[in-house]
Amino acid sequence: MNWIALAVFVLLFGFVTILGFAASHWRRGDLDLLHEWGLAGRRFGTLVTWFLLGGDLYTAYTFIAVPALVFGAGAIGFFAVPYTIIVYPIVFVVFPRLWSVCRHHGYITAADFVRGRFDSSWLALAIAVTGLFATMPYIALQLVGLQVVIGAMGLPATGLAGDLPLVIAFVILAAFTYTSGLRAPASIAIVKDILIYVTIIVAVVVIPINLGGFGKIFAAVPPAKLLLAPPTADNLGAYSAFATLALGSALALFLYPHSITGVLSSNSRHVIRRNAAFLPAYSFVLGLIALLGFMAIAAGVDKAPEFADYFKRYGSNFTVPALILNQFPAWFAGFAFAAIGIGALVPAAIMSIATANLFTRNIYKEYVNRDCTPKQEAQMAKIVSLIVKVGALAFIIFLPLQYAIQLQLLGGIWMSQTLPAVLIGLYTRWLHRWALLLGWASGISLGTWMAATAGKTAFSTSVFPLAIGGLTVPGYAALYALVLNIAVSVVFTVLFDLVGVGRGRDSTAPADYHV
Amino acid sequence: MAGQSSGKRRTAWLWYLPLVLPFIATLWVPFYSSLEPQWNGIPFFYWYQFLWIFISAALTLFVYFTTNGKN
Repeated sequence: MNWIALAVFVLLFGFVTILGFAASHWRRGDLDLLHEWGLAGRRFGTLVTWFLLGGDLYTAYTFIAVPALVFGAGAIGFFAVPYTIIVYPIVFVVFPRLWSVCRHHGYITAADFVRGRFDSSWLALAIAVTGLFATMPYIALQLVGLQVVIGAMGLPATGLAGDLPLVIAFVILAAFTYTSGLRAPASIAIVKDILIYVTIIVAVVVIPINLGGFGKIFAAVPPAKLLLAPPTADNLGAYSAFATLALGSALALFLYPHSITGVLSSNSRHVIRRNAAFLPAYSFVLGLIALLGFMAIAAGVDKAPEFADYFKRYGSNFTVPALILNQFPAWFAGFAFAAIGIGALVPAAIMSIATANLFTRNIYKEYVNRDCTPKQEAQMAKIVSLIVKVGALAFIIFLPLQYAIQLQLLGGIWMSQTLPAVLIGLYTRWLHRWALLLGWASGISLGTWMAATAGKTAFSTSVFPLAIGGLTVPGYAALYALVLNIAVSVVFTVLFDLVGVGRGRDSTAPADYHV
Repeated sequence: MAGQSSGKRRTAWLWYLPLVLPFIATLWVPFYSSLEPQWNGIPFFYWYQFLWIFISAALTLFVYFTTNGKN
């Protein structure tokens, strides 16, 4: 039982708890209005948005899973770096348009925008439901990140005592999200990001010194893991997997409800543009975090007897905690674990707020209670965010971890299928609303089928070996599904226009995308 | 925007072209999937990707300044 680490952890956790509750007074607004609770009144400037999006996008699960992948599979795990390199030019060009049109029309979610743009409640529902199903497993996985660091401090892992710390953390999270809305994770993100930067910079300086330099670290990695396996005559292998994982993930990242919530909470389109240039600082940190996987190999943590039980319990997810415990004194381990643990709270809070916004606007208000008052709307969102978190907690406690991982894998594939309606829709209304719905359905079906059949067991991998002629091109299922999605949307747009199927009315005007 | 000539509008998108470079640089894997040349013990595959984090950020900042009036 690592008392020193636990003490530091609890201290830092206590601090952010107070911060979370105090946040309701920050940049004061009427938290009985949905856009105040759910979007912090669209008040955040460049710096706060930088902390918020950084805290939102670089999650506890990222810090656990990326090094685990690099540790286990090697170079392919590094796809996270080009992924986060190319995502920002996309954000820079496309998302100011979304911000402007949403601000102008009071849209809170992507589905709100689709509803207004294409005048189709079915299409909007498809977008909303996709967002809901893709985000919920992601919340569950943040709790997993928390679970691993709690276990790493020596707290019991089984029975009621094992679940208790997680439940306590969850209750704290639920309480300050309920009272303060998006302001809570925004304020905590500042602390989280500072903790993460300090932890990683220290780690990347100290650990190579301990291990004898980067040369020695890379020399300890088996050659098969060090580089991507080059393509053969009939199989593009790791190269196409790597590139398609990067591209597909980049296209999907900002379609996720929690990314859109982060973007829409900023106070100007220029905040988004500036952040597209400054957020890559987090990509740098992510690259360093990925290198921790190799440092773990060089440090031999998988062979250390004191970690054997932990690796059995958590699998390769224990890579980063093991490395931290192996290389640092107990107090710094507590600091680092707090960084990761708090790093779970921030995205979990934002994700639950984003799903609450989606459900409230695009299901409750659209189909259940059209004439709800703003206060009822905000109240519903607060309750939904609570339910969503309880659901995620129950999922992690009662179901095998594998389910959450598989659902999140599918979630990424599903989220990509909203690209035509949301991103292409920001530029042109040429695609027909019913064609988009058919395209979405095709993409979801194909993507799910590919994930089910690609690996040795169903949903074990999202890389599908597509056979074109005699060549096998392993690629991210999300991207292949998106190609089908767009193709179907285009073909049926032509068909529906020919037959004269109604297109509905566009509530937006071209100027709305530039204000 | 009022007063902006249509000619300027039509070529405004050219200013965004530098943003295509990170895509080409990082998605064309065969170009950088090698160990040599190393830098400080770090294989090319890895330091190349870190380098492009900085280059892309710089390009984005550049495009931000050059397109700031051209909304």
